[in-house]
Amino acid sequence: MGLEMGLHLGLDMKAASIALWGALVVAAAPAAAQSSVKIGFVDTFSGPTAVIGNDMRNAFELALDHLGRKMGSLPVEVIYEDDQQKPDIGRQKTEKLVQSDHVNFITGYIWSNVLLASLKPAVDSQTFIVSANAGPSQIAGELCSPYFFSTSWQNDQTPQAMGEYLNQKGVKTLFLIGPNYAAGKDMLAGVKATYKGQVVGEEYTRWPDQLDFSAELSKARAAKPQAVYVFYPGASGVQFLTQYAQAGLKDQIPLYTVFVVDETTLPLQKDLALGVPGAQEWVNDLPNAANQKFVADFRSKYQHGPSFYGAQAYDAANLINSAVAAINGDLANKDGIRDAMRKAAYPSVRGPYRYGNNHFPIENFYLQATVKSPDGSFGLKTITTILKDSQDLFHDKCPMKW
Amino acid sequence: MLLVLEQCLNGLQFGLLLFLLAAGLTLVFGIMDLVNLAHGSLYMMGAYFAATFCAFTGSFVLGAILALIATLLLGIVLELVALRPLYGRDHLDHVLGTFGLILFFNELVRLVWGPAGLTLPLPASLGTHVALLPGLAYPTYRLMIIAVSLVVAAFLYWLVMRTRLGMLIRAGASNREMVGALGIDIRLLYTLLFGLGAALAALAGLMQAPILTVQIGMGENILILAFVVIVIGGIGSIRGALFAAVFVGLVDTLGRAFLPDLLHLMLSATAAATIGRAVSSMLIYVLMAAVLALRPEGLFPVGSR
Repeated sequence: MGLEMGLHLGLDMKAASIALWGALVVAAAPAAAQSSVKIGFVDTFSGPTAVIGNDMRNAFELALDHLGRKMGSLPVEVIYEDDQQKPDIGRQKTEKLVQSDHVNFITGYIWSNVLLASLKPAVDSQTFIVSANAGPSQIAGELCSPYFFSTSWQNDQTPQAMGEYLNQKGVKTLFLIGPNYAAGKDMLAGVKATYKGQVVGEEYTRWPDQLDFSAELSKARAAKPQAVYVFYPGASGVQFLTQYAQAGLKDQIPLYTVFVVDETTLPLQKDLALGVPGAQEWVNDLPNAANQKFVADFRSKYQHGPSFYGAQAYDAANLINSAVAAINGDLANKDGIRDAMRKAAYPSVRGPYRYGNNHFPIENFYLQATVKSPDGSFGLKTITTILKDSQDLFHDKCPMKW
Repeated sequence: MLLVLEQCLNGLQFGLLLFLLAAGLTLVFGIMDLVNLAHGSLYMMGAYFAATFCAFTGSFVLGAILALIATLLLGIVLELVALRPLYGRDHLDHVLGTFGLILFFNELVRLVWGPAGLTLPLPASLGTHVALLPGLAYPTYRLMIIAVSLVVAAFLYWLVMRTRLGMLIRAGASNREMVGALGIDIRLLYTLLFGLGAALAALAGLMQAPILTVQIGMGENILILAFVVIVIGGIGSIRGALFAAVFVGLVDTLGRAFLPDLLHLMLSATAAATIGRAVSSMLIYVLMAAVLALRPEGLFPVGSR
């Protein structure tokens, strides 16, 4: 019995080592011949914010469908990795994609703290990293890199638009609440950069585990501001709106937001999101052909509308495609890829935009509002353009010129 | 002044919720002498059961009751299957065994409910607020948490101190063999006690669920605080757990609310905000260190209960 098992084990091991050797040969071959475009996609696919990661993956897959799953004439291979919303895990996954998968591009990245931790392994190995959401101020400024591009925004830009809107509304006193991490600090600094009234209070909450905002809401009420401004992405935005209403503040103090209400959170926020304005660089009803095709096909493939997260991931796929096509599939030509990406020569679903010297978009920002359709479902629509061709405030600190 | 009062209510609500979790933990640790790291998993299971049953029945109260029963049964099964073999062993084995249970439950939830997490919506009648004083509106649901926790605290005190079952539980804690020799089935008693602890954890989890999200690992952060509470209160003491939990809740909330403002009187705004946040999250651990140094048995040692 024991002998028999031993024999089997020996044979199995031999078979396994042959299979492994074969796999290594197969894996090594395309890297040498560059017969496919390898893209790593680091995003959150587990936990309460997995819904964001899934939206981005769905949009990215739709973009690949639209491209015939080819870039230039090369087939595309995507490796999805879950960062669990943790900077250390995100860095490990990025290192793995660079060192053992030898990807040509890495994209995804919802969270600024994850992106900041992951930037170095990517750019040090001269692997292009295209952020499809996070835009920390550090990367727009001193950490800017020839290998980094954004298809979203620098964190401060969206709140700058909201600050401008608060001025237009004549809000004299404002109370700020946001999470205490890289993006939270940028999102509160951004609104302060353009808002001309008085900031009567500023609260930072523990991130991401603090979801009970009772102490902060009590302080906001006591400060008696004309308006409250918040940044809470994903599930935390659902909790914030719920608790804001439970505390009776929704009828008392108007709420102005960035990244609180979107298509991933609306199914849970429902009526709570009505009358809560937000700023965004993309809204599902923007009237350009690329966007109409994207939104319609996304709806028919996934039975619900895309969010701005998905729109940015869709753009990331198309930006990468425009670069691969421009260099005729010669993926070793990194200067060629960079020059092509700097042109942003692809049909972006937000409409045409340019890149600044730090590879962040110079783009428009819109005011969006929640609408309830007669069938009881909720959606977002564009109200007006708040800022035209807005550039981030950190590009002067970026030494890169082109 | 109203703000201070409101923040005290916030602290009280958080503290009482912590008490529900700590009560089960302190009973199991103090009386059964079992270190149960998986207590946070039972808190999580309570929340998941509640979210599932509430969606299924369409009623918050009915769903909550079903979730309590389900977690009670789960606790009993868990005690029979997984924990009995651990009783005779030392605390390190308890820690290893119950840590394994945390991993097991996290993976189980991932398989059954998926990785994304659930929400437990409140009925409209509880999603409102009431004016306690002119100018002080407080969420109805948070008041309900305070009320339910106080009732449970009173019930537990009565159960442990005034009933025959409670007497047996206390006797079992002092001398397990003697109680057994007197013809009492101590094993059954421990099984029931563990089930009670599980139900308490579930109650905390399901009451917290509408405020937070129901997600994998939701019990792990709060479990650390619950351990701090039972160490401060004295292991095995329900009364100690109640006082320590309310104290920890108040220190945490008031520190978070007022320390940055207080420091701002002496420091610049940014420095005060940074230091204030850091110090307020350290406060409860400083408190625990002080209690351990001055009264290692906790504020309400079991002997003087």
